[in-house]
Order: sequence, then structure tokens, then C-alpha cells
Amino acid sequence: MSTWKEFTKGILKENPVLILVIGLCPALAVSSSANDGLGMGIASLFVLVMSSLVVSALRKVIPSAIRIPIFIIIISTFVTIIDYVMHAFQPELYANLGVFVPLIVVNCLVLGRAEAFASKNSVWLSVVDALGMGVGFALALTVLGAIREMLGNGTLTLFNIEMLNFGPSFKPALIMIMPPGAFLTLGFLMALQKRMSEK
Amino acid sequence: MITNDLSWYFILISALLVNNIVLIRFLALCSFFGVSSKVETSVGMGFAVMFVMVMACSMSWAIYEFILAPYNLEFLRTAAFILSIAALVQLEELYIRKMLPELYKQMGIFLPLITTNCAILGAAFLAIDYKLNFFNTIIYAIGVSGGYMIAIILFAGIRERIELAPVPHYFKGYPIAFITASLMSLAFLGFSHLFGL
Repeated sequence: MSTWKEFTKGILKENPVLILVIGLCPALAVSSSANDGLGMGIASLFVLVMSSLVVSALRKVIPSAIRIPIFIIIISTFVTIIDYVMHAFQPELYANLGVFVPLIVVNCLVLGRAEAFASKNSVWLSVVDALGMGVGFALALTVLGAIREMLGNGTLTLFNIEMLNFGPSFKPALIMIMPPGAFLTLGFLMALQKRMSEK
Repeated sequence: MITNDLSWYFILISALLVNNIVLIRFLALCSFFGVSSKVETSVGMGFAVMFVMVMACSMSWAIYEFILAPYNLEFLRTAAFILSIAALVQLEELYIRKMLPELYKQMGIFLPLITTNCAILGAAFLAIDYKLNFFNTIIYAIGVSGGYMIAIILFAGIRERIELAPVPHYFKGYPIAFITASLMSLAFLGFSHLFGL
């Protein structure tokens, strides 16, 4: 039961983007379409789960005085892996995400989970926690991207497949896929979340 | 797109206004929302970021140019840059605490935060991606951090006023801050294509 709780807390109750307000830079920058948001979410999920796994496995060996540099080396190893894998297999997505792929290394979410959870808990619980947080992050990015893409472009694309197209009669609000739309959408999503949680 | 062909003041304006690091490029948002509740602290944060960014960009340029590129070690750049920036921030903290205690009192608390400020690492990566030479890298770093300072000081000023304004209950705190940032970003979009940049 507690395992299930560790998993679901990241998705709703402690959602990294909407509640904890961390990992904002990639969340806003790459969410101009649902597909990019999902791609970034999956890349971050991979880094988060793998680094939590390694950090918690090594937690008894790492001296606490130099733990932060060690966490950073572990994280940057997996960031480099996903950087090169994405470059090779998803060149179009990689071009869209740009500098934000190597910047996963300074995403406060990854280092935050390593420091606050994985360095104190067992491997199994750390992986479950990272999975929950990563899925919550990916979900927030995809929802943000989907809203912006539908309002700003009149389409919805997931896994490179066009799911929805409002057709030529729909007049898209271009502002939604430009930078101001990112701040605006997240502001309204947060207000909506606050309203739902207080009811 | 910034290249070495542009003269230095175009690079400066492009980094400062047209491609503002916070409002247009979406970097350094954590500290932008976290440390912007008072104008005074945001001025301190702005200067601390400028100081570290110029040092970090020139150092990472040297590391890339003299160590990574000649030995085909480009794949190590993520690890090399973040570690050297973390070490640099530590050294600077020690140095300022010893030599300039007055300054340390003013910006000491911000220095450790800067290691995880993604604008520093982001600017280092972008300067490499644009293939800038050493002089232009420094100009670019000054422009980027100046843009950060403009954005965070303006934002802090607005937030101080919002504290006193009647905001709908569900929009208090972060939601209204994001909507404010959205309007500021809209204003900065007005600079796009300035001088064809």
C-alpha cells in the first residue's frame, strides 16, 4: 500500500510542476506542442529513474561531505546517454528540444529527488518515487503542450501521429505557442488546480 | 541567430532584449519566481548572476577550446561544464568571504543557489553552439546576465505592487505571478526582429 502511495503522490498531490513548482524551465520552454512536451517528459523520466536507482544503491558508500558533486556526476552520465540516443534516433525532436536536453542535468527535480529521497531510502522505494515524479512531470508537460498546441495551432500530435485537427475554419491564437502563452497556460492551470484541491 | 560576424553591440542587444534569457528563452525560471518577492534581493541576485556568468562562460570556453575539442572529448561537455561551474562557485564564495566581506554579506546567500541556476550552464552551452570567439563569449555573457537582471528587477517591482492589489482568491501567489510574467513576456516580444536580429 505504501509503495502505491509513493507512486501516486508525484502524479497529483506533489506534482512537480503544478504544486512543488520545480523543473519549470523545460516545462515552459518545450511545451509548445504536446509531442515535444511528451518527448522531454520521457527523457527526464529516464534520467530521474536511472539516477535515483544508482544514487540509492550507492547511498551507503557516498561520503556525505561530497555527495552533491557525486550526484551531479551520476546525473550527467545519464543525461549524456539520453542526449546521444535522442540525437541518433529522434533527430527532429532533438532539434526542437535544443539546449534543454543537456540542461536536464540542472533540472532541480532530478537533483532534488536524489538529495531528498533516493539518498535516504531503499532502491525499490526510490525507483517507485522517481517513477511517480517522472510520470507526474511528463503528464504536466504533455497537458501543457496539448492545451497550447490545440489553441495555438489547431492540432494535437502525440507520438508523431496527428490525433486531432480542427480544420481550416478554426482561427488559432498564435500567442499560445509563443513564449507568453506558456506562462499564461501554466498560471491558469495552477489556479484551476488550487480550486479543485480546495473543494 | 548570433554569430561572430555581428559586431559586439548587436550581440549585446540580442542577448539583453531580443532573446531575453528569462522571458523569451525560458531559462533561470526557478530563481526568477523564487527570489523576486523584493526589489532589493533581486538586485543582489542579478549582480551575483552576472559575476558568476562572465567567469563561468569564459572558463567553459577555455575548457572546450583547449581540452575537449583538441582531444575529441565533446561528449564530456555536460559533465565537465557543470562540475567546473560548481567548483568555480565554491572558490568564488571562499574568495569573496575572505577578501570582500562587505560584498559577501550582501550577496553571500545567493552564491550557492547559483550553481543550479540553469541560465549559467545554458549560456555556456549556447556560446559554444554559436561558435563564438573569446571576446564575443564575454560580451554574450554580460548581455545574457544583464537581460536576467532587467527581467528580475522589473518583475520584483510588479510583484511588490501585486501584494497590495485585490487578486481573486484562486489566483493568489503563483498563478498571478505567472500571468504577470506572461504579460512581461508579451512586452518583450515587441523587441523581436529589432535590427533584424
